[in-house]
Amino acid sequence: MALAYLTFLLVLPVGIVVWRTFDHGLPAVFHALSTAAAVHAIWLTVVIAFYAVVLNTVFGVIAAVLLVRHDFPGKRALNAVIDLPIAVSPVIVGLALVLVYGANAPVGGWLTDHGLPIIFSLPGMIIATVFVCLPMVVRAVVPVLEEVGDDQEQAAATLGAGRWQTFRRITLPAIRGALAYGVVLALARALGEYGAIAVVSGRLVGRTQTVTLLVQERYQNFDQQGAYSAALVLVLAAVIALLISRALRPKELVR
Amino acid sequence: MSIRVEGVNKKFGEFVALEDVTVEIPSGSLTALLGPSGGGKSTLLRVIAGLEQPDSGRVQIEGREATELPARKRGVGFVFQHYAAFKHMSVFRNVAFGLEIRKRPKDEIKRRVTELLELVHLESFADRYPSQLSGGQRQRMALARALAVEPAVLLLDEPFGALDAQVRKELRVWLRRLHEEVNVTTVFVTHDQEEAMEVADSIVVMAKGRVEQIGSPDELYDQPANDFVMNFLGPVTSLGGRMVRPHDLELFTVPGDGTTPATVTRVTRLGFEVRVDLDVKGEEAWAQVTRGTAEQFGLESGAVIHVRRAPEARPVRAVAPAGTA
Repeated sequence: MALAYLTFLLVLPVGIVVWRTFDHGLPAVFHALSTAAAVHAIWLTVVIAFYAVVLNTVFGVIAAVLLVRHDFPGKRALNAVIDLPIAVSPVIVGLALVLVYGANAPVGGWLTDHGLPIIFSLPGMIIATVFVCLPMVVRAVVPVLEEVGDDQEQAAATLGAGRWQTFRRITLPAIRGALAYGVVLALARALGEYGAIAVVSGRLVGRTQTVTLLVQERYQNFDQQGAYSAALVLVLAAVIALLISRALRPKELVR
Repeated sequence: MSIRVEGVNKKFGEFVALEDVTVEIPSGSLTALLGPSGGGKSTLLRVIAGLEQPDSGRVQIEGREATELPARKRGVGFVFQHYAAFKHMSVFRNVAFGLEIRKRPKDEIKRRVTELLELVHLESFADRYPSQLSGGQRQRMALARALAVEPAVLLLDEPFGALDAQVRKELRVWLRRLHEEVNVTTVFVTHDQEEAMEVADSIVVMAKGRVEQIGSPDELYDQPANDFVMNFLGPVTSLGGRMVRPHDLELFTVPGDGTTPATVTRVTRLGFEVRVDLDVKGEEAWAQVTRGTAEQFGLESGAVIHVRRAPEARPVRAVAPAGTA
């Protein structure tokens, strides 16, 4: 049952995408992926994913440590807000960002006047991606932090280690596996983001077009080869990310 | 005084963990904090270490005001009940941790760690990881790690609590010897009175967040300050409404000076000792006698004998409450 379910929902559609990509052979795929728009889209996607993952890793680890190890006013609120991106549709996230950072909004207008336009440019796309990937690292790290407890950290403190030394020598090695898992999940999510990016980017071909937007645009312009080839890139990236996360995850759960 | 705790109070929410606790621990001593669980002994140890901040009161270590000092600056070695081994480091690196933090030269670290591993009999385990050690070995590693930084005081939180009975007994004797060897002021927490009496040269009895009595094992056993301490330090029974140790009951076949008639209800042999359950005018009591005595008296269920408190038995007398002495 489960297998048939997965076959029709997942394996068949993805398989057909891969198969159709090579309808006209390998050269056609290379040709489709070497157009200026495609190269730019791939580069832009990598840049956005890089920033989003780095920012989320730093934020995620700090948030996880705060949530597990510290008590502070607003802790429950923070805990709830972190899950918000899962609950709220990415399109709405994009819309909300436009309302705050759009050129006609007070904040966005001020930033635009000072030479830092957010919407329809890279910063906005990074912000949107950071937002949708927010929970990945936090939710991967929190359970492991809870499980290892703070005994080792306290032991390090009595041995003379300061906060940063304790974090670097004790906490970080303990959460390494879970952190890597969360980072891979965040990366996969960042590469595949469409809804929020579609709203904040303005979909300017060759300027603010990511790979997901490229797939959609090519498809609507009846360039099936272009759409399938770009889709293949995303599928490959997702599969690689999945394999890496597979390799990282079981160790953490068994321990 | 190596450690001086003065008027410390600590609450967790509504729960009073420590109430006006004042304790002095002399340099070079081996002291047990003894009491039932939830009595505040672990909290007191953590307050001394700086892992817990008291609501009020002061802590001094080696004459230095330590109340405001963070744990890492107090110069204490702390051994946790569940070892708190650094799982991703080898035994060698675990023990070396405090020295690496202090940026000691490599060859000095190597020498010192090797010395300590010999002291705790783990010299052949230096390259193992904690997961490859038994509980007792992990605990000894944790001890070596705490001693590496040459702490002013060594604090152990239920150090043998998670170990099985046999290993516990071995480690007790070993801790006693280790203390004689390194002679660092040592405080350990336990809820096992036998462990406290066997290992410590001074015992602080705690219950409900308060200090009940401080003294040597003999003082506590023979001159308990109150019923609680008497009860906690050893077996008790009562005769004529007064508490008495069961081995301080004298048995006679005929009535004598100050005796009370009693009926034997049950005789239980526990190896060399014999437990004799008695019915004394409708009240239950029990006496602890040797096997020889039991055989001499022909003790069996239903026999009528005469009992009294041994005249040399130390009475439970009130001594000055702990902390004010």
